[in-house]
Amino acid sequence: MGLAKRIIPCLDVRDGRVVKGVRFVDIRDAGDPVEVARRYDKEGADEITFLDITASSDNRDTIVHVVEAVASEVFIPLTVGGGIRKVGDIRCMLNAGADKVGINTAAVSNPELVKEASDAVGAQCIVVAIDAKQASKEGEPKCWEIFTHGGRKPTGIDAIEWAIRMQDYGAGEILLTSMDRDGTKTGFDLDLTRAVCEAVNIPVIASGGVGNLQHLADGVSIGGADAVLAASIFHFAEYSVGEAKKFMADQGIEVRL
Amino acid sequence: MSLVAVIDYGMGNLRSVAKALEHVNSKVRVKVTADAADISAADHIVFPGQGAMGPAMSALCERGLDEILLREMGHKPFLGVCLGLQVMMESSEENGGTQGLGLLPGQVKRFPDPHTGPEGGERLKVPHMGWNECHQVQAHPLWEGIDQDSRFYFVHSYYVTTDDPDEIAGSCDYGLNFVAAACRENMFAVQFHPEKSAQAGLKLLENFLGWDGQRD
Repeated sequence: MGLAKRIIPCLDVRDGRVVKGVRFVDIRDAGDPVEVARRYDKEGADEITFLDITASSDNRDTIVHVVEAVASEVFIPLTVGGGIRKVGDIRCMLNAGADKVGINTAAVSNPELVKEASDAVGAQCIVVAIDAKQASKEGEPKCWEIFTHGGRKPTGIDAIEWAIRMQDYGAGEILLTSMDRDGTKTGFDLDLTRAVCEAVNIPVIASGGVGNLQHLADGVSIGGADAVLAASIFHFAEYSVGEAKKFMADQGIEVRL
Repeated sequence: MSLVAVIDYGMGNLRSVAKALEHVNSKVRVKVTADAADISAADHIVFPGQGAMGPAMSALCERGLDEILLREMGHKPFLGVCLGLQVMMESSEENGGTQGLGLLPGQVKRFPDPHTGPEGGERLKVPHMGWNECHQVQAHPLWEGIDQDSRFYFVHSYYVTTDDPDEIAGSCDYGLNFVAAACRENMFAVQFHPEKSAQAGLKLLENFLGWDGQRD
């Protein structure tokens, strides 16, 4: 027995409320973040990730209040991402009670931020989020390009090289999302997951595409991920976190039950 | 109302530790502080910390907290958490070699890179991040009501090792066996984060707040 593979439900938060939606379309209110987080904690979630999708910069501090409220009642690790631009933003989230902060777009536009942040608050607090899309054509050796701005902007940067660079800059963990799979419910991009997991020595969280429990298990046993993240299968109560863990345990994957 | 001092020496966010302590016992007053008077007045001392050992020792010494702690921790129930455990040791490899407070016998070492299991099998990631089992190697009031081999949340790249088995309260395996919890008299210190370890962690904190610092 040893270190457990982690299951991480992800909550999209807008203007201080949890929202449900598919690919940012048909977004509906899904409740109070504290209540949802408490439920996931009770079901056995190993961590919770909040993705702030607040559109207006006027309401950016609502996520800080969400983190404060959740961290006062839910005692498992919390990660916050979305709109992080500078070390001050990271400190603000950590002071509110977050344990880790996800950086995506800002890491690409200013990679030194990752170095600076890692030196300032410790690598264990810095999660670099990578949104990757397959760039190779059929029959070519596979490669992936990273995108920023919620997957809208191509960068020309190779995902594997980027993951290694971010590790060297002091990232403590990688949150890897396949843009091709996100929202499709067809499972993780396992080739991408495996390629990144093999390239770096820091933990990798697989994300994007989970539609059933087998997908979660595959992310670990085939993709080699240290943790798996999913949003919709848990939000829409198709499966509970507890069911996911039991399923993975039955397949011989070590989880915290 | 009894007072719990959470030592603030600028090494990371202490809000979660304070909130968790308040959560498990509403009858205590929790104060995040670097003030000598608070620490002297406190009934329980919690010594958290995250980040690197070198800056942590410098921060403690700059604030004169090393001496205050050595004086106050002689008799009060004292809980070290994460870097707090490491700082209590004699020395660390981190930051080119750093002296610790020397309250517990042991050294702080970095997980090897690359790190693999004992059979040279699966490559293990560093930091050691996530939920791992803590094996209780001796009975202690702080383990009360916590199942043997319960999982706690760890996140660290350096680990504690000691030649003195009497002072190991809990051990953990991650490619190698390391000290997950150490104890001596009124002191208890853990590598994991009880404030982030759900029920098992909260139970440990509850036990700590109810502990008088005696062994039986």
